[in-house]
Amino acid sequence: MENSQLIEVEPINFNVQPPHLYSEYKSTILRSPTKPLIPVKEQLKDLSLPAFGDSAIGKWDHDLTKNARKNGEPIGERIKVSGKVMDEYGRPLRNVLVEIWQANAAGRYIHKAEIHDAPLDPNFLGAGRMLTDREGRYSFYTIKPGAYPWGNHFNAWRPNHIHFSVIGHQIGHRLVTQMYFPGDPLFEFDPIFQSVPKHARELLIAKFRMDWTEPEFALAYEFNIVLNGKCQTPFE
Amino acid sequence: MEKLRQTPSQTVGPFFAYSLTAEQYGYDYNSLINGLLINHDTEGERIYITGRIYDGKGQTIPDALIELWQADANGQYRSLPIHQKNDGFTGLGRLGTGTDVQDRFLFTTIKPGSIGDGQAPHINIILFMRGSLHRLYTRLYFSDESATNSQDELFNTIPEERRNTLIAQRKQNAGRIEYHFDIYMQGEKETVFLMYITNDVIS
Ligand SMILES: [Fe+2]
Repeated sequence: MENSQLIEVEPINFNVQPPHLYSEYKSTILRSPTKPLIPVKEQLKDLSLPAFGDSAIGKWDHDLTKNARKNGEPIGERIKVSGKVMDEYGRPLRNVLVEIWQANAAGRYIHKAEIHDAPLDPNFLGAGRMLTDREGRYSFYTIKPGAYPWGNHFNAWRPNHIHFSVIGHQIGHRLVTQMYFPGDPLFEFDPIFQSVPKHARELLIAKFRMDWTEPEFALAYEFNIVLNGKCQTPFE
Repeated sequence: MEKLRQTPSQTVGPFFAYSLTAEQYGYDYNSLINGLLINHDTEGERIYITGRIYDGKGQTIPDALIELWQADANGQYRSLPIHQKNDGFTGLGRLGTGTDVQDRFLFTTIKPGSIGDGQAPHINIILFMRGSLHRLYTRLYFSDESATNSQDELFNTIPEERRNTLIAQRKQNAGRIEYHFDIYMQGEKETVFLMYITNDVIS
């Protein structure tokens, strides 16, 4: 790379990550490390994670509107959430395990420790998973999750969100995050969303994609995921 | 090549179990990854990895998610795709701390071999929990490997007074071999957490 040719018109701030301690999110106070992390430099072969085969994934694992039906369809707004998993150079990462979980349309999680007084949906679990394809793409059908209250402070509510867990090709590629929906009025009141530096919050907000919408079936959102580091898949 | 910004990390939150560890918690959804990293045919010394995770007040944490990634007895990481749960030796494990009355995790595996020169046998650990905005990496070394530990590249970069936090203690319990590895988020015994540097060119 020739430095003389690099004219930065608008410098991009690559520091997108939240701090470990963000005291407005109260649980970080007793659960975040207080000492500096120790850097590891290793041979890439030592960092590789195994891939998953297609047979590991169930037929309906990608369709949360179908994978837990008992006596009918889940209640709520059916949506499609699709996107690409890439490295920092925009190269697609294939065969990446993407797992998701979320509240139902009423803002209720099926988790046993959940106490929010909103109805469970007998036809909705809220969990799904899939592997990215050769172009790094994934696509889930689900129900738009509702907002829900939590105990961080008086009258605390989480914006609508879907949790994502992503296992890339290397140990440094491990990501757990949350996807939000455009224009949510709760953004400014949510310390978890606010923990991300202001300029980077847009990276967690899905884009509404009218052109991906399935007429008379489901609205569509795009959420792309960029993992730490370079794609090192040797056979590409 | 134009660089993209990474996706920021967010907490795993308290409600991951019915997706990430569904079978362990009794939800009606199958799991790809669990607390068993091996199967009957796996070579090596059978061991159990157990411990608890403590917050800054010394309370055990009942809603953490812990993942293990290790080499086999010959020091080889799995490179073949995993086609189903417990597909031979996977080297990959995952448990929540919410199903044991004492908030313990208990993995069943084999003791890994050294992956090469300057590397003591070890297990990579990735930790997530409500109240943590990032994945946290750490590494488990074995108490009966003190000679090789002292030759380990990474182990030696850690301040001496903190190295102990990465050593799992070998114990015999009812005829089986357990390694005890407690994780402290904060305080005097705060566990050493790691940061992976990829070999990207930093411009
Ligand atoms: Fe949530």
